[in-house]
Amino acid sequence: MSTGTTKLDVVVSDVVPVNELVTRFHFRRRDGELLPTFSGGAHVVVEMRDGERTRLNPYSLMGSPLDTREYTISVRRDDVGRGGSLFMHRAVKPGLEMVISYPVNLFSLDLRARKHLMLAGGIGITPFMAQTAQLAGAGGNFELHYTCRTASLGTYADVLQQRYGGRIRLYHDDREERIELDRLLSSQPLGTHLYVCGPAGMINWVRDRASALGWPPETVHFEHFAAPQPGAPFDVTLAVSGKTIRVGSQQSLLEAIEAAGVDPPYLCRGGVCGQCETNVISHDGKFIHNDHWLSEEDHRSGCKIMPCVSRFEGKSLVLER
Amino acid sequence: MGITFRKETFRDDFTFKNSPEHIRRFPFPFHEDSYMYAVNIEPHVVGPKGSVLENLIDVDEHYVAEMQDRALVLAEDPLRCQSLPHMTLAGWDLLELLMEQQALGYPEHFTLTRDGDRWRWINRPLGIDDTFTFGDTSTLPYGPMEYITRQSQGDFCILDQRDGNLWMDAGMVTTQADWSLDFDIGMNFFEWHAPVPLAHEKGIFVRALKFLTNIQQGKPARRLNWTMTINPRLDTSPENYHKWGPDRGTVTPENVGDKVHLRVELQSFWRLPRSNGIVFPIRCYLIKMDELVTQPKWARRLHRVIRDLPEELATYKGLTRYRPTLVEWLSKLDDGSATSPGFGPD
Repeated sequence: MSTGTTKLDVVVSDVVPVNELVTRFHFRRRDGELLPTFSGGAHVVVEMRDGERTRLNPYSLMGSPLDTREYTISVRRDDVGRGGSLFMHRAVKPGLEMVISYPVNLFSLDLRARKHLMLAGGIGITPFMAQTAQLAGAGGNFELHYTCRTASLGTYADVLQQRYGGRIRLYHDDREERIELDRLLSSQPLGTHLYVCGPAGMINWVRDRASALGWPPETVHFEHFAAPQPGAPFDVTLAVSGKTIRVGSQQSLLEAIEAAGVDPPYLCRGGVCGQCETNVISHDGKFIHNDHWLSEEDHRSGCKIMPCVSRFEGKSLVLER
Repeated sequence: MGITFRKETFRDDFTFKNSPEHIRRFPFPFHEDSYMYAVNIEPHVVGPKGSVLENLIDVDEHYVAEMQDRALVLAEDPLRCQSLPHMTLAGWDLLELLMEQQALGYPEHFTLTRDGDRWRWINRPLGIDDTFTFGDTSTLPYGPMEYITRQSQGDFCILDQRDGNLWMDAGMVTTQADWSLDFDIGMNFFEWHAPVPLAHEKGIFVRALKFLTNIQQGKPARRLNWTMTINPRLDTSPENYHKWGPDRGTVTPENVGDKVHLRVELQSFWRLPRSNGIVFPIRCYLIKMDELVTQPKWARRLHRVIRDLPEELATYKGLTRYRPTLVEWLSKLDDGSATSPGFGPD
């Protein structure tokens, strides 16, 4: 049975530039009904009709889960990425009809926590916008540490400080302000859960320090959707469907499989959820694994690949699809 | 129109019966003449009119009597309903789901009106008309899960999802086939399934957990499970084993048709939107042998299934003491002719 999500027909109700890199998009249902309720940390996959291409990118919902008249996402423009964020910035205007997925939460709050300690880097702030709104509405105990390059790129820092005052701490790279991570992690009350969302380097740093300082792994939560990386084109044989396809340099393997009319299940398209895991039947070459799902052992075995974010270089690759 | 609710009991004088229409809609769980575990999960979508799947949350002629029986169980043993402190939000999720589904499927019996977080809930069969603030527990007579599950047929387990596992952290369990919420509360998926024979070896629980943790909002799933019960008793709990366990020794060739019941659970799985938990309604349907064998196909098939059931499964399901008597009784209704494929009666 398909493990994809149900789709929602929406219309873009507003487009709001937030700063020089980030734009916020508002969606409402075309039929005027309320959108499904969601939980803080959830994302939706936005379908973009970009000429011949369909792009499917995940974005965290950043509005309050208590308000389901509209969904909001914030998109950071990536001038050297594969083009999804540029499409959103350039082509998506109020009134455009789009299709998005039902919300899926792979970065859920642990509601047993006595305190929620949140660490955000850059555009990684977006899931925390929804989580702080959810916790504040229920009288929850949280504290957010937010690192950004400059004050003008501190997306929503002003909004957060206005809403939550001293519970928000800001750190600006251009002023050489750094989170004193070890001190922070060593001074939390028992029952604290740690959440981190930001660039891969930040997530690894926080997880490593938390582990070294004795935080149990089940209290450390992180979300990092790897964007699929561009690379050299390569050919793949899909053994089950009997097709041979070429993966373009700006295309992900999953996108190329879908373009050939084969639909593997997916949820996050960022190497996290495990849905599109695919068995390798044979290969002659090397894998470029970019996912957070497979174990190191799986990566070394050459028997599995996550086509949403990982690529291949070499002579031949045969997949069980 | 609407449902005519029966006045009946599930204890003492056991006046429970199915009307002829309800016999035909019984969710007979065997699609072939034998039974073994399988991951028999399918999308929980609306099924044919006149079946138990006509609505995703089914209300039937036993509704009022079942709710009265639940109230009796809770009065004797309040621990049948428990919710760990972090599960209140999931309780509100469940309240919304059950009110929405019951009002949608049975507008003549249930009405939900919302004005922001001010909600009015009318339950005509039970004579309830309450106005409350969604999210504010102080505006209801019970916690949200207990409030709505005192008005909904079936048991309900609410599972918290974390660390790649599911945790039995809240529930209302009064119509169970010999398991205890009070014993299982706080356990994870593998811990509470530990007593089930054979399925672990087949890797069924690993696959089932992977499936369940990926259940998506708006895409519920379901499966059927079954056992047998002597007398139409809803509350066959370990806590009350002394009341119902000895019944297994009372089956005679003369009373099989009236005493022995097939007990089918329609289990469904739903992602809850605010808490990101999973709710697992376990809806119990009972049918006595005299009622079941009015459908000749079911009589033939049940005979073959019970006769050929592996010993471990018969033991686990508690059939051992009366299986020979039951098989002998059913064999007289099995002429050996073929049964048509599928679950339904011919």
